[in-house]
Amino acid sequence: MASVPHIAVIGGGSTGIGIARDLAMRGLDVTLVEQGNLTHGTTGRMHGLLHSGGRYAVSDQASANECIEENKVLRDIASHCVEMTGGMFVKRPEDTEEYFEEKLEGCKACDIPAEVISGEEARAIEPHLARDIDKAITVPDGAIDPFRLVVANAASAEEHGARIETHSKVTDLVVEDDEVVGVEVEHQTGPDKKVRGTEGGTEQIRADYVVNATGAWAGRIGDMANVDIEVRPSKGVMTIMNIRQVDTVINRCRPKGDADIIVPHETTAILGTTDEEVDDPEDYPEEGWEVELMIDTLKELVPMLEEARTIRSFWGVRPLYEPPDVGSDDPTDITRDYFLLDHEERDDLHGMTSIVGGKFTTYRMMGEEISDHVCDQFGIDAECRTAEVPLPGSEDFSVLRDYMDEFGLRSPIGRRSVERLGSRAEDVLNTDGPNPTVCECEAVTRAEIKDAISQSGANLNAVRIRTRASMGNCQGGFCCNRMASELHGEFDEQITREAWDALLQERWKGQRHALWGQQLSQAALNYALHATTQNRDNDPADGEPVDFAAFDSGPTPTGTSGQTGVVTDGGTRDGD
Amino acid sequence: MAIESEVLVIGGGLAGLTSALSAAREGADVRLVSYKQSTLRNASGLVDILGYTPDGEGPLTDPYEAIPDLPDEHPYSTVGLRTVKEAMGLFDEVVPNYQGEHTETNALLPTHGGTVKPTARYPASAAPGLASDDRDVLLVGLESMVDFDAQHVAAHLENAGVPFDVRGETIRFPGDLRADAKVTRYAKLLDTNSEVPVRGRNKMARDALAERVNPLLEDEERVGLPAILGDDHARSVRAALSQKLGAEVFEVPMGPPSLPGLRLEDALFEALDEAGASIETGNPVADFDGEDRVERIYIEKNGAKIPNTADQYVLATGGLVGKGIESNRENVYEPVFDCHVDNAADRYEWFENDVFGDHPFATYGVATDPDLRPTDADGDLEFENVRAAGGVLGGYDYAAEKSGSGVSLSTGYAAGQSAAQEAL
Repeated sequence: MASVPHIAVIGGGSTGIGIARDLAMRGLDVTLVEQGNLTHGTTGRMHGLLHSGGRYAVSDQASANECIEENKVLRDIASHCVEMTGGMFVKRPEDTEEYFEEKLEGCKACDIPAEVISGEEARAIEPHLARDIDKAITVPDGAIDPFRLVVANAASAEEHGARIETHSKVTDLVVEDDEVVGVEVEHQTGPDKKVRGTEGGTEQIRADYVVNATGAWAGRIGDMANVDIEVRPSKGVMTIMNIRQVDTVINRCRPKGDADIIVPHETTAILGTTDEEVDDPEDYPEEGWEVELMIDTLKELVPMLEEARTIRSFWGVRPLYEPPDVGSDDPTDITRDYFLLDHEERDDLHGMTSIVGGKFTTYRMMGEEISDHVCDQFGIDAECRTAEVPLPGSEDFSVLRDYMDEFGLRSPIGRRSVERLGSRAEDVLNTDGPNPTVCECEAVTRAEIKDAISQSGANLNAVRIRTRASMGNCQGGFCCNRMASELHGEFDEQITREAWDALLQERWKGQRHALWGQQLSQAALNYALHATTQNRDNDPADGEPVDFAAFDSGPTPTGTSGQTGVVTDGGTRDGD
Repeated sequence: MAIESEVLVIGGGLAGLTSALSAAREGADVRLVSYKQSTLRNASGLVDILGYTPDGEGPLTDPYEAIPDLPDEHPYSTVGLRTVKEAMGLFDEVVPNYQGEHTETNALLPTHGGTVKPTARYPASAAPGLASDDRDVLLVGLESMVDFDAQHVAAHLENAGVPFDVRGETIRFPGDLRADAKVTRYAKLLDTNSEVPVRGRNKMARDALAERVNPLLEDEERVGLPAILGDDHARSVRAALSQKLGAEVFEVPMGPPSLPGLRLEDALFEALDEAGASIETGNPVADFDGEDRVERIYIEKNGAKIPNTADQYVLATGGLVGKGIESNRENVYEPVFDCHVDNAADRYEWFENDVFGDHPFATYGVATDPDLRPTDADGDLEFENVRAAGGVLGGYDYAAEKSGSGVSLSTGYAAGQSAAQEAL
């Protein structure tokens, strides 16, 4: 062993990245490997709720306590990723009074600030709430951007010396004498995968300790060392609306149920969700009835959802875990708490611990606990600082400065850029050339796109999740080609074209669950812009060579119309 | 008392304007009502007839040759090859500043996406950009115009195999325009040739632009810029720039808001005005009376419903993009007269999973009898005095075929003519 232990962390979601940052800040040598992009798994597919703990205040108070504690921490250390919208639990006439009281008492028992307001007061805050909402409990729920949070954690981990390898899939664990001593990884290649770290080939990464933070994929890593980790993946749908019908997180005040939450997120509102166990976290059905259920159930809380426009839907898989002796049948009964599985104690396999279960909101706390556990293995006494040290972008960011004039941006664009970039705004937006808007729906400028390209290489989907470009109403209809052009400054045309095609395809995929009404009209417009105007569906650069000589070369033979300045049309409107 | 006309056209896009024009030229008293901004502002201004067959064969050199083999439900099959050619004749006659009528062969024009696209008629402003011309090209982009990156387009065209050398350069447009200035702002500056500040001195906009391009020009004989080169005085702007640069200047057609599309819309409105039709824009059709015949429609204006009666009606309200066809979670429908639109019962069958797959939604619209009169699910007439034209028609995928303008022109022409003959 070198002077400091080397820890391999598997998994680049919020949990893994939180662990990597924590261990790196404590001075350990850390390598994190992730099979896809950062947030490739569940983190990239959640509704963006910063829990107050209210949702678990009746059924799962251990989780509720952790949530409210971390809710306060994240508001401090990740201010540029959080929007404190506030939240409420609303009660409809058919929801029971008993449960409402239990919820209120539960919140109080868990120190979650909660107050009862009348139906009128609730509607004064959220005018689109149904007329027959009786009353509500307010709680400090918020919205959080998981992509921004994970990217900021990764930047901080790297600042503290961590090595982060994305697009590096673990193909095996290296086990010697009942001890895990490293991981075998396969680094993928391609300009679109040059996110961070090594490109191409296989590598054996030796480590003094391995942390399995792969969430719903934890069982697969366990299998490589013949240990059983019974994660119970459970899918949930999230349906994105084109505007924020509400500015506050709206929860339905009743015991567990599908379609009981609306989270305002950036320019959208996200409806959630379902809870259904699946066998394979990568292959499960995404079904139209789930989308219908979101709209038809949540319109009981916000009637305008019936006629509102949805722009896409996506599914995520919760990495639920419960100790084997509990045996819940229904995934909604499984605790949202996290578990640290020390395979030495549990399976006589030394050198590895898995962390399973848990919630996005508690990612930092999970990181702290497992980092303590890792440090214990080596007798290291190092203090956790992740609850105090702000993430890059959230340092010294108390006031939104007037960046609009400073960087020549119109005010809504300036404000939104600064909200996304936090204290990095000055570095990113301070460019020499003009800084036009590339994505109008989400107010993303060229400077922000360029900054994201410098971090993610020729992968426009990675640029998208960093900036939100192409994630608004038009779903990339107007900006996919613009994003590709920004990429072309760094990469050649063919690589650019492939990244562009991948972005178009990805944007299309999620809209499939929203294709009716205005969004179908939007899709038809996008199709016309891309196929009719740009002829991207028959791109000759991709297909058969074109016989140019067989087509019209103008009324005069090619090459002989050298009378420059002569325009052959006989206009009638041209007055001068 | 109701507002009366012989032929009433609903819709102010290419199909509506053409049907009104065609009916007026037959001598009918024509009224055109339109609600929303025409989708022509979204259109590149290129006028396509047919670039690819429904099976994806193409680019077609001869747009007419494939028409007789199209499926029966295709609007071209309804109106027939001769009508398509007559309609193009009408277009050539009434719309100035267009080229392509000298041949029945398609042209290939560079797109702002860096590909080439087959089309039958093209604005004179785009003509020197023809991809079958082998003279070298310099493309010039503007730093703050994100829809046209000249280096990217040039590299893409090169990989598309164009028969000339093409380079891209990017300049800053002279003057202190905001980074998000609209295309009309550039066009206006060049139209009026106003003075712009350049390094502390004022210069005429056209001179200042040419001075930025000149040092970048090597021996290219053609210079392409995004379609911002003037609006009302586009020809003079181009001529002046060509003369100053010693090279032929052309525009690359762009996405919305598209100046060539707007210029085409203006030209058609002007021709319609000259033909003597009455035009009312900005108000929706709210309702109608009639069973077998449409007796009257009601235009909603400032909260009041104003009756408009006519002998014959043309429905040219557009497709899904123009909202002449709408949908909800259960159904695709035609909102003005509720004409039948055939569509799959399960909305997940309205599209393919591939972004450029054979999307059924793209072909959704009304079906008609041979006289373009919409029919119901049993093939019977919805109304005896309503004809449909353009995007509201079903049975073709204009985006894949590059047939949108040609279908609008030919069905508009046929519907207007037939409506007028019936009314007179």
